[in-house]
Amino acid sequence: MSYHADEKGYYGEFGGAYIPEMLYPNCEELRQNYLQIMGEPTFKEEFHHLLKDYVGRPTPLYFAERLSKKYNTKIYLKREDLCHTGAHKVNNTIGQILMAKKLGKNRIIAETGAGQHGVATATVCALMGIECVVYMGEIDIARQAPNVARMKMLGAEVRPATSGSKTLKDATNEAIRDWINNPVDTHYIIGSVVGPHPYPDMVARFQSVISEEIKSQLLEKEGRENPDYVVACVGGGSNAAGAFYHFLDTPEVGIIAVEAAGKGIHSGESAATSALGKVGIIHGSKTLLMQTPDGQITEPYSISAGLDYPGVGPMHAHLYTSGRGEFISITDDDAMKAGLELCKLEGIIPAIESSHALAIFENRKFKEDDIVVVNLSGRGDKDLQNYIDYFKL
Amino acid sequence: MNRIKQKLQEDKKILSIYFTAGYPKLNDTVKIIQDLEKNGVDLIEIGLPFSDPLADGPTIQASSTAALKNGMNTALLFEQLKDIRKTVSIPLILMGYFNPVLQFGVEEFCQKCEEIGIDGLILPDLPLDVYQDQYEAIFKKHGLINVFLITPQTSRERILAIDAASEGFIYMVSSASTTGAKNGFGPEQTAYFERIASMNLNNPQIVGFGISNANTFQLATEKTKGAIIGSAFIKHLTQNGTSGIAEFVTQIR
Repeated sequence: MSYHADEKGYYGEFGGAYIPEMLYPNCEELRQNYLQIMGEPTFKEEFHHLLKDYVGRPTPLYFAERLSKKYNTKIYLKREDLCHTGAHKVNNTIGQILMAKKLGKNRIIAETGAGQHGVATATVCALMGIECVVYMGEIDIARQAPNVARMKMLGAEVRPATSGSKTLKDATNEAIRDWINNPVDTHYIIGSVVGPHPYPDMVARFQSVISEEIKSQLLEKEGRENPDYVVACVGGGSNAAGAFYHFLDTPEVGIIAVEAAGKGIHSGESAATSALGKVGIIHGSKTLLMQTPDGQITEPYSISAGLDYPGVGPMHAHLYTSGRGEFISITDDDAMKAGLELCKLEGIIPAIESSHALAIFENRKFKEDDIVVVNLSGRGDKDLQNYIDYFKL
Repeated sequence: MNRIKQKLQEDKKILSIYFTAGYPKLNDTVKIIQDLEKNGVDLIEIGLPFSDPLADGPTIQASSTAALKNGMNTALLFEQLKDIRKTVSIPLILMGYFNPVLQFGVEEFCQKCEEIGIDGLILPDLPLDVYQDQYEAIFKKHGLINVFLITPQTSRERILAIDAASEGFIYMVSSASTTGAKNGFGPEQTAYFERIASMNLNNPQIVGFGISNANTFQLATEKTKGAIIGSAFIKHLTQNGTSGIAEFVTQIR
């Protein structure tokens, strides 16, 4: 059994392209070309050149000695927080902007929740001199002012999504509607392993550089390519997809996905999709999503703006239902505590998304000689106000 | 014979009207259907509201949000429609997104449609290949026609595949857009209408998107079998409620 997408974009029963006919030509053009383009030597060369000199890859695989000592196991941190723009998101936007150029597109659209993917998209558009429109929920624009300013400084137009609940899912709807209205010249850079085929597979491939590096770095440090566990937080699931990618079909590597429980799974304010979701269609993909019994998509909650997506990428839905992945959900409180602990023990301020992954150690035992790699997906600068408010700093 | 097929055999241009069930008021559904039939509409598309209508512009989005807020849901719509065939004989199509149908259960949904006397479904985000692999047999068993969309960007090869999979009519989206985004037609649309007409497809085409009045209805139906009005009718309902449906319909033709 493979945990990768098949040629129609299915991971088990999940995935596919449940899109209105208006989007079919756009997605079909991408589907027919993405693997071939990604395989071209000139594409690979430019992608790797930019990852190295612009993004700052490879990111370190850092042995967290004091954290390891505290939890009596061997903990490595994959330092995606050191990427340019502050998170793993840029791995994907670099790949997709090169893809857009190859496809002859001259306009980029994107959705963003907290603004991290919006900033990463605006960044690569500035780099390439391409027009950029970012859709962002009206409510998110109000609560993420610094990232809105960043996008504007980078030359992007930020358009408020005023429909529905005015957050990430609605920003995604608006971006899709823009693509329907501009089917020829525009490329849509989706920020996670969600959406219709080929997006989940394409984004996972661009992010797979994370696990590719983990393998070679671990070999150097520990004399083995495979850790015992890889841990990552999951909202839509792009950092997790990248961290898991080269271990998916290696059963001896345990895969642990950490979701946001918000104020508790059964509090009514949660984003723990695996626990609360049912099979359905969201943004063109068949996957697990939070919805009413009538099939209306509901609004999730997490203290972390990057994790409050009502669905989860189809790869992760399959990892969950097949049992290949272990899914754990972490509350706001546990995540904040784990974030502060990393500051004190290792001198690293993590993004609140990544803090959810770090909270695994208070919630699950590992053996002393286990090697556990945690994907530190982003840095906490963007979350300072949240940390200040929470800890009354 | 299925009422849609029967209607399409008549020697006239088809006027189809879309409205969102549960809008403007929760219990307006039956009255709207009855008034539309009484005033000479040929076909009705009853919209099942969805929280995330990807292919719709602001007007239909707002009507969906309001309908859901009013308390509309799939089971309630079926309840409202259970005696509809006692009063109307017009062909009825349910139009909506696939997720609510999936949650209701596709088989159960189709069963309910048959019991009520629904003639067809339009589910824009149920792709052709998935329909054929998994659902075609169920739709057919319950006498439901599934209507597919084509757009100006749909390739010739795919149009032929859609034509082969269709019975009834093809929903011809007039331009690359969401609903209600554009009003009126330019030379691009004329060329597109002519291109499709020259393909001599097995199924007649009914044009949707961009039709709001007598002029656009006339332009859209020059080369096609009919046209669909959605957003313009929703706007009329927003302004006038369910009174004045006669005035709206009679100014179209």
